[in-house]
Amino acid sequence: MAEPLLRVEKLVRRFGGIIATDNVSLEVASGELHAIIGPNGAGKTTLISQLTGHLEPHSGSVSLAGRDITYLPAYRRCALGLARSFQITSLLLDFTAADNVALAAQAHAGTSFRFFANARKEKGLRDAAHAALDRVGLLHRADVVVSRLSHGERRELELAVALASKPKLLLLDEPMAGLGVTESQRMVKLLQELRKEVSIVLVEHDMPAVFALADRISVLVYGRVIASGDPAAIRQNEDVKRAYLGDQHVVTHHG
Amino acid sequence: MKAFSVSKAVTALMLAGLVLLPLYSHLTGNIFILTLFTRIIILALAAASLNLIMGFGGMMSFGHAAYLGIGGYAVGMLAQEGVGSGFIQFPVALAASATYALVIGALSLRTRGVYFIMITLAFAQMAYYVASGLARYGGDDGLTVYKRSDFSGLINLGDRMQFYYLCLACLLGVIFLIWRIVNSRFGLVVQGLRSNEQRMQAIGFAAKRYQLVCFVISGTMCGLAGALLANNTDFVSPAVMYWTRSGDLMVMVILGGMGTLFGPIMGAVVFLLLEEFLSQITEYWALIMGPLLLLIVLFGRGGIMGALGRAGRG
Amino acid sequence: MLLVVEQFLNGLQFGLLLFLLAAGLTLVFGIMDLVNLAHGSLYMMGAYFAATFAAWTGSFLLGALMALGATLVLGIVLEMTALRHLYGRDHLDHVLATFGLILFFNEAVRLIWGPAGLALPLPAWLTVPVPILPGIHYPAYRLAIIAVALLVALLLYLGVMRTRIGMLIRAGASNREMIGALGINIKLLYTLVFGLGAALAGLAGLMQAPILTVQIGMGENILILAFVIIVIGGIGSIRGAFLAAIFVGMIDTLGRAFLPNLLRQVLSGAAASTAAPALSSMLIYLLMAIVLVVRPEGLFPANRR
Ligand SMILES: Nc1ncnc2c1ncn2[C@@H]1O[C@H](COP(=O)(O)OP(=O)(O)OP(=O)(O)O)[C@@H](O)[C@H]1O
Ligand SMILES: [Mg+2]
Repeated sequence: MAEPLLRVEKLVRRFGGIIATDNVSLEVASGELHAIIGPNGAGKTTLISQLTGHLEPHSGSVSLAGRDITYLPAYRRCALGLARSFQITSLLLDFTAADNVALAAQAHAGTSFRFFANARKEKGLRDAAHAALDRVGLLHRADVVVSRLSHGERRELELAVALASKPKLLLLDEPMAGLGVTESQRMVKLLQELRKEVSIVLVEHDMPAVFALADRISVLVYGRVIASGDPAAIRQNEDVKRAYLGDQHVVTHHG
Repeated sequence: MKAFSVSKAVTALMLAGLVLLPLYSHLTGNIFILTLFTRIIILALAAASLNLIMGFGGMMSFGHAAYLGIGGYAVGMLAQEGVGSGFIQFPVALAASATYALVIGALSLRTRGVYFIMITLAFAQMAYYVASGLARYGGDDGLTVYKRSDFSGLINLGDRMQFYYLCLACLLGVIFLIWRIVNSRFGLVVQGLRSNEQRMQAIGFAAKRYQLVCFVISGTMCGLAGALLANNTDFVSPAVMYWTRSGDLMVMVILGGMGTLFGPIMGAVVFLLLEEFLSQITEYWALIMGPLLLLIVLFGRGGIMGALGRAGRG
Repeated sequence: MLLVVEQFLNGLQFGLLLFLLAAGLTLVFGIMDLVNLAHGSLYMMGAYFAATFAAWTGSFLLGALMALGATLVLGIVLEMTALRHLYGRDHLDHVLATFGLILFFNEAVRLIWGPAGLALPLPAWLTVPVPILPGIHYPAYRLAIIAVALLVALLLYLGVMRTRIGMLIRAGASNREMIGALGINIKLLYTLVFGLGAALAGLAGLMQAPILTVQIGMGENILILAFVIIVIGGIGSIRGAFLAAIFVGMIDTLGRAFLPNLLRQVLSGAAASTAAPALSSMLIYLLMAIVLVVRPEGLFPANRR
């Protein structure tokens, strides 16, 4: 069998007494859309953060295309083809939408130790930014400062920024959180297209969307993967029904 | 195309005033004003350099006066050792400042927030004590620079007018450089890091590297101000790097408007003229200046540039 | 031997004084998230008050007590008029505003007491040398400083660790919203904490006054040392401040006392006497740099947020 794009082995991360990631092992094949679901506080964001290098695991390993990246800093992983969106939108608020995306493109287009030429006039970067913005349907808002964008637009911008770094693997942490119905539908459609081009790990609470999109689903409960398989198998899985759906009240309570 | 704006008009007016000042001084025979403004311009240069890291880079350095001392001592010590050429003194001053900035920056940037403020302050204080301990170069009492930097006939620093224009050229040159830097790839990265470091790491930037380079550039620019200052006063002493001087520079930047190109000049002009003015009214001018700072902090968002911008918008 | 013991005690005494200053600073920062540069001014005011009141009353002790009360009141007034408005603002705002306060205090002192320094003479019973080891004497006053500072440190420790107020303070340091939710008057708590910090700074200043001259700007250098201590000890941690203060006090004192001799062993006389003063004043900062490289959060970071 070919080496999976992403391999996570026995990852452990604690916060004080809580084990937020408990011996998690996962594989994401190239071209796959792998969804991670689980109730609030299951450790999904914690897992993503360890994949991207924003958080160090206490033990276990992460490898990307066969290369061990467990202790690489975030910026190095990005260079290797990992990009993420944040559950809580994390953008450069005082920059325009186009600047946000152009910076992501710039990080992957030669050195940034250039001190003299006006970066906003670099055609390559601007074009890349506009292309990514167009992709998520934000082109008409390119020159608007992020702090003036709506919540939904910011979610889309998160995605555009991630896309602009031309990732091999896209890690999306609840891209639909807080979106309205139409916005959500747009996002699902967009993800439908994107999955043809890039492998995706998708954390999402929106079950219909997850089951419509995912090739495979892993279910995380209290930091542990209790099941992993294709959507049909997950739907049938008794453990999932009991543990996850039994905890449904947690979802509605906090979510 | 942007329409007429009050802040632009005031900036242009101020620059024109600075360029024409020697003429006024020459016509009226008012030498004092030329001396005063030479000092203002040099400190504006220092403030502009601080603004690069503080306003654009979000690095709150409370030790910027150290470079004034380092640049100044480079000139003073070389002069004392018989090296009078500005072609040697100035490069050494810049190189020394850059080296200090590299070391201090590498250490300080391991921390953030208040730690960063305190640590830059502490290191500058260390530089202050080291200078005080330099018995060969005057120790506490400082060092007289008997001969200004010699640029072998190219420019005569002993001539008030020539020296004034040299300082002004340096200031405008540095502002030009900062303008280019701020809009360059590097500058966007540094400003992005100020805005959201986590995001910048996530899209692939090694934060510290860019911040350190920016810190060094800023320190080097301030070292230039130090070299000019020593020539201006014909003297350098540990007092130029005392921490209150770092505080003054911060005040100038904030007063003028952090993260604006010309704000620091505006801040330096207003702050130093105010100081001059108050000290002429009363010996106890700081009694007014202190609470004034408090009020500026409490009510003066965005500094002078911010206020002018608001005035422009009506 | 004699010199070693004496310098050791000097280091301890200096370290304890630094602790009094750093404790107030770190409390105020830990709880109100306020960077107070004017803390050094309170130290200076403590010394000036003590010198003045002692001269008025003719009694050192009475003067010291009154000075303590006066700095406490000054701190409270300062908090209620000015610093209160800075809570929740940017740290940079704190730095600038309190920088302004320093200018103000220095000038006010110059206006009231004049530019020349004051002296605070000790009563005779505090100047006698006390035998501490066979053949070794140490000034009674410095011993008294050590005793008072240790006592205050102990009280502070018990106060913060064992009492209800202390619990609130610790809760405040880790969770500001929580005390609010408990229905405790945060405003009052903050004012009291600030007053306490001011009194501690004043105490340090008035105790130091007889040893040094009381002069304008005396609080500034020592304030920066207090910053170094907080950075080394970890912001917001009283325990860290205590250990770091002792450490810094010792290193500074012992370095100044013995480094020149040590250097003379390795360098030529002239080189040593040039290098020694510079090097011994750098020592603490080098220490800070090392701590930063190893533990950027300080040695004992408090569990904040
Ligand atoms: N920085 C942190 N410090 C302490 N505990 C944390 C931290 N981050 C997460 N946790 C804890 O780890 C557990 C997992 O949190 P995480 O945010 O990963 O959950 P999640 O699955 O993403 O939840 P949600 O669906 O709400 O986004 C939770 O119990 C949380 O309280
Ligand atoms: Mg989450």
